[in-house]
Amino acid sequence: MFARRFLALLGPLAATALLLVAPGAARAQTTLLNVSYDVAREYYKDYNPVFVKYWKGKAGQDIAVNQSHAGSSAQARAVADGLEADVVTMNQATDIDLLASRGLVVADWTKRFPNNAAPNFSTMVYLVRKGNPKGVKDWGDLVKPGVAVVIPNPKTAGNGRYTYLAAWGYALRQKGGNEASAKAFVTALFKNVPVLDTGGRGATTTFAQRNIGDVLVTFENEVYLIQKELGADKVEIVYPSVSIRADNPVALIERVVDKKGTRAVAKAYLDYLYSDEAQEIAAKYHYRPVSAAISKKYASTFRPIPLLTVEEVFGSWAAAQKAHFADGGSFDQIYQK
Amino acid sequence: MSRRTRHNVLPGFNLAMGYTLFYLGLIVLIPLSAAFIKTFALTWAQFWGAVSTPRVVASYQLTFGASLIGAAINAFFGLIVAWVLVRYTFPGKRILDALVDLPFALPTAVAGIALTALWAENGWIGSLLKPLGIKVAFTPLGVVLALTFIGLPFVVRTVQPVLEDLESELEDAAASLGATRWQTFVHVILPTILPALLTGFALAFARAVGEYGSVVFIAGNLPMKTEITPLLIITKLEQYDYNGATALAVVMLLFSFVLLLLINVLQWWANRRAGRES
Amino acid sequence: MAGATTILTKPVAGASVAIDVQRNRRSTEEHPAVKWGLIGLAVAFMLLFLIMPLVTVFFEAFRKGVGVYLAALSEPEALSAIKLTLLIAGIAVPVNLVFGVAASWAIAKFDFRGKALLITLIDLPFSVSPIVSGLIYVLVFGAQGWFGPWLQAHDMKVIFAVPGIVLATIFVTFPFIARELIPLMMAQGAEEEEAAIVLGASGWQTFWYVTLPNIKWGVLYGVILCNARAMGEFGAVSVVSGHIRGQTNTMPLHVEILYNEYQFAAAFAVASLLALLAFVTLGLKSFVEWKARAEHEILPLEAPRT
Repeated sequence: MFARRFLALLGPLAATALLLVAPGAARAQTTLLNVSYDVAREYYKDYNPVFVKYWKGKAGQDIAVNQSHAGSSAQARAVADGLEADVVTMNQATDIDLLASRGLVVADWTKRFPNNAAPNFSTMVYLVRKGNPKGVKDWGDLVKPGVAVVIPNPKTAGNGRYTYLAAWGYALRQKGGNEASAKAFVTALFKNVPVLDTGGRGATTTFAQRNIGDVLVTFENEVYLIQKELGADKVEIVYPSVSIRADNPVALIERVVDKKGTRAVAKAYLDYLYSDEAQEIAAKYHYRPVSAAISKKYASTFRPIPLLTVEEVFGSWAAAQKAHFADGGSFDQIYQK
Repeated sequence: MSRRTRHNVLPGFNLAMGYTLFYLGLIVLIPLSAAFIKTFALTWAQFWGAVSTPRVVASYQLTFGASLIGAAINAFFGLIVAWVLVRYTFPGKRILDALVDLPFALPTAVAGIALTALWAENGWIGSLLKPLGIKVAFTPLGVVLALTFIGLPFVVRTVQPVLEDLESELEDAAASLGATRWQTFVHVILPTILPALLTGFALAFARAVGEYGSVVFIAGNLPMKTEITPLLIITKLEQYDYNGATALAVVMLLFSFVLLLLINVLQWWANRRAGRES
Repeated sequence: MAGATTILTKPVAGASVAIDVQRNRRSTEEHPAVKWGLIGLAVAFMLLFLIMPLVTVFFEAFRKGVGVYLAALSEPEALSAIKLTLLIAGIAVPVNLVFGVAASWAIAKFDFRGKALLITLIDLPFSVSPIVSGLIYVLVFGAQGWFGPWLQAHDMKVIFAVPGIVLATIFVTFPFIARELIPLMMAQGAEEEEAAIVLGASGWQTFWYVTLPNIKWGVLYGVILCNARAMGEFGAVSVVSGHIRGQTNTMPLHVEILYNEYQFAAAFAVASLLALLAFVTLGLKSFVEWKARAEHEILPLEAPRT
């Protein structure tokens, strides 16, 4: 009879499945878990073997590095909720601030590693259609009538947040610029946004595959990924007169490294991100390196443009977050009548 | 709650009901109660502030409205698809039957991207609609489209087994008594499959209300216009506002609960009526 | 109505239902124009809503050629994601099957107060936004959740490990089989079972030889739906998974990460495999159908055989 056989089949299947779950926790080898944001997978895929080799030579210990990638804020939440990361490598300081506020990361985490604990950084640039038909050169061109700009939602996407802050900073720096004029400028900018995607990737699809919008504002390192995926003949890159520095900060998760006894190797993992070898891998993936030597070597790749920082324009990330992206903040006000 | 009346010959009620309640409590009710308890951390004013801003209310309207429309479309076409799959033979029927479950197997994001690719103005279908002045992607229509897609299997798969089970004798009898095919359908077939149809409708609706992954790609997500409530829950979480997020989730849950309860009572009543007619 | 007729037309020992449908019913057939009209409508609807999106998925998957497609599927991370997804579905589906049968037995075969309420509670997981479905387990088992500190003290992991993914998957697929069986069993009524009991069959015998053959198609559809959803679930799983490469990444999560890395073709390749996996269950269904029919021809009264 069919039904009986069917159930008879499922029973052992379930039992086997449960048996498979049981082990898995115990593992003799030292492993690190690097919890990171989503575009960085390829970079760390290259970096990990380099570090494993370096550590083997230095400490004579075999280690394995596991990676976890998803949206930066979602990853920070997961770590706060118990995901056992030894280190976090994020693309936004607020995500590590959250962990510091929960006591998982030391309060002065920016001082624990060089350069505000950011071994590399990126910035916001424009992608326009081939030949730049709308003649987009700078932030001022984005608010012109008839120019459609694709920017992801600043409340859900790091791209959107940095773009918003860069535009705000640009407007402040104009002659006679003040809070009110900056707000008016950013409001005009978002009036030109036809679709608010939830992530940078979705915004890229909207721009590239759906042919919506004249400009896509996104991270410099992602622009090259987009060109690679779509072909360089369809789009071109425009550097605005000024942009914003998007640091990719890192931190140790105190509770986890103490519990697992991995403090030394985890710290070395982050320290080695500043080595020339690692900096070169970063440059290869179009992250701007902080090492002077490597920066010089890749000077032709990374066009020098003046970069604002969140701290100098807004005081701190926390202040920027509260004033602009919290519920009822300046971004929400754009969409209120 | 357990008061047996009619079928007390059958054994196993206590075992089956006990297990049902235990499992329901363990998997669904206890974890869900965590969301409610989290919400209690808010004062009433904070709670009300989080769930009643104009932007949130606009998102409720879109979410529940589009879900109802999507479920209605599915009820109508789902019935036809189920009927055709059970009653007729035609080339390609098996493949069609196999495809019905597709919306569940595809990760929702992939479904969203594929649908947007088709219905955007430069897509295969969207480009045909453009001359007619119809825009689907990045409008509320797009939301309806995505919600129709993800709820499609429910009606088909709940109606299908009941149709397969339907006795042809009844239809024979109706026909021999002079009923037209349409009369037979309305008075004999429809009452029997109505509970299943309503179930399918309810499930398609329920699933649509919570859907996030596929919608955000096709909706455009403009506040007040095409922003769904689950997206607002995510934006709260992005700000680490767990309480605000669960507050919205709880409101949605209560809404859905009341609507589902209404549908289920209606269905129970339809079932009773069908039972009594015999 | 349906119940009363079943007792008239069917003998006790579970004559197969599907066969009845094949019977001649010339007097009750639609006009060919109506029939083909309905078929046309159904096909058009499915074409628009199902086939075209599916074609798009495969189109995108093969955009960069077969090499990229195969490479995307044979990557170690993809393979471990496939294994994990099969494992999760292998646990979640049987567990929900047992629940579905128990719940539908209690609800469809007995009368009690609050039935509509109970059914509504069973439906509830459908209407919970997937992200929230994951979040509630974080609230229960997370580091700051109810059992989090206790679990941490005992070095046990629920969320950000396989058990958490299993729980979230069970939650989102919770209602499928129950909701498939309840309307079906209600339509069938309890008369056949009652007759069997009166004739001296035990409860289990009644269930195995009377109820189960009657509901097997419902069970099958429920399992197929449940399985498809268990494999395809993204939102809830993404919250509780931890996204650890090669360990807690399911196929839908792998698709997401590939997509976010601008590996469009690879993302769609993995997605197309998910779609194909769902079809495997349907192949199974066709096989069982065929088998059941063949068996029925030899043995009109189904006897339990190995």
